[in-house]
Amino acid sequence: MLIEMQDIWKTYTDGTHALRGVSVRIDRNEFVYLVGPSGAGKSTFMKLIYREEVPTKGQISVNGFNIGKLKPRKIPYVRRNIGVIFQDFRLLPKLTVYENVAFAMEVIEAPRRLIKKRTMEVLDLVGLKHKHNSLPAQLSGGEQQRVAIARAIVNNPTVIVADEPTGNLDPETSWGIMNLLEEINFRGATIVMATHNKEIVNTMRKRVIAIENGNIARDEARGEYGYEA
Amino acid sequence: MKLSTLLRHFREGFKNIIRNGWMSFASISSIFFSLFLLGVFVLLALNINSMASNIESQVQIRVYLQTDIDQQKANQLENKIRKLADVSKVEFVSKEEGLELLRKNLGQDGDALLDGYDQESNPLPDSFTVEVFDPQNINVTANQIKALNNGDETKPITSVKYGQGTVEKMFKITNAIRNIGLIVVIGLGVTAMFLISTTIKMTILARRREIGIMKLVGATNAFIRWPFFVEGALIGIVASGITTAVVLFAYSELVHLNEAELGLLMIKLIPVQDCGWKIATLLIGLGTLLGVWGSTISVRKYLKV
Repeated sequence: MLIEMQDIWKTYTDGTHALRGVSVRIDRNEFVYLVGPSGAGKSTFMKLIYREEVPTKGQISVNGFNIGKLKPRKIPYVRRNIGVIFQDFRLLPKLTVYENVAFAMEVIEAPRRLIKKRTMEVLDLVGLKHKHNSLPAQLSGGEQQRVAIARAIVNNPTVIVADEPTGNLDPETSWGIMNLLEEINFRGATIVMATHNKEIVNTMRKRVIAIENGNIARDEARGEYGYEA
Repeated sequence: MKLSTLLRHFREGFKNIIRNGWMSFASISSIFFSLFLLGVFVLLALNINSMASNIESQVQIRVYLQTDIDQQKANQLENKIRKLADVSKVEFVSKEEGLELLRKNLGQDGDALLDGYDQESNPLPDSFTVEVFDPQNINVTANQIKALNNGDETKPITSVKYGQGTVEKMFKITNAIRNIGLIVVIGLGVTAMFLISTTIKMTILARRREIGIMKLVGATNAFIRWPFFVEGALIGIVASGITTAVVLFAYSELVHLNEAELGLLMIKLIPVQDCGWKIATLLIGLGTLLGVWGSTISVRKYLKV
């Protein structure tokens, strides 16, 4: 069992009930789409996984760690096993493509030679080896998202959490990103991806978890998007 | 922490200064201007202090003796005065020398006024000129000298004078000047701290997102903090180094000019070699501290992402 939530409640300080008693299990090497209306609780669901938020009530474990009770000192070490991808890429603007990806490896104090080898390897995988000296601003949106993906996978995490990774991209570029994520999933990583893209969900036919009003409304093994686009 | 990681932090600290060129420039400028003002005022305060000490050191005690005192008695008294704790120098002034001195002090009129007096009819007594180590406490020594009369039937000392009243007033003024100087310097120091911390806070505010991203990929707080620490220290050292160079260069030019145009400022300035190290240590030490302090507190604030 990779991710397990038991009766998770999340209430923000302003009184918003983002999640109301969610229980779910996600296994190793699964590919899960998280769908549902905006504000239904998808982002909170993901933030709980990478410990940006803690549940108000309930238990959550990721990779065998009880995330809710984690000491702040231990958070960085748990995050090193989780790759996070965002709609807005979140690259360090003053660092080159290479430096952005290598940074994630410097953090785990990997030897310099290994950093160089592995970073170039991953940039090759996402098809950006030739742009390793460019700055993020010099890249297209799709390319920036590829860099973000390279950074997310460079340390071989067990889980990839992607919050609308294709939200800012045109359809063709989006498919490129999806192929990449499928490849990463094929290589062994579990992927949890929140999306509003009906076409992608209906074409790929993976597990779909629909969240509405802070509850799980649907959980289907080879599901469909289920909402009007 | 591995050595290679430490080296990495130093490399990153250096690179960050270049990467954030304008922000680094802003920080260096704000440290420069604050420390420049501080340096100028410290130099001013040092010079005022040295001037005040100079004036104070000219304060002396005059001890007047009975007119018919014999040489042996005078020698005894001189030895007793010399043994007092705070006395730095005792000089015997004979009545002849006293008359000569008086004549000189009176200037043009001296000869006319003192015309009738010669060695025989000299009305002046023998006296001592006493200098002390601590002019601020001159009255204590004066009283001790007066007390030498006690237990001596002949009462050899007729009076002890040190400009009572005037000297106290002068000390009040020099002390006030010193205190004002100190307050201005402390005030400038505090202002510098605020200015610098605000600038550094701004530069780090701009990098809040950066810190957030670092945390997301699993960087520990220490890992994030180190390059900022190095960056702050470097900015502080560079800025205060420039400040020190500028302040000391300008000051040495002023000292030279003052010497060349003899008495341009009517006072003698402290030579650069006597105060240069003090200023350099103060400015560079403070600059480095401010750089490190500014970046450390600001990063801590954003580490809670």
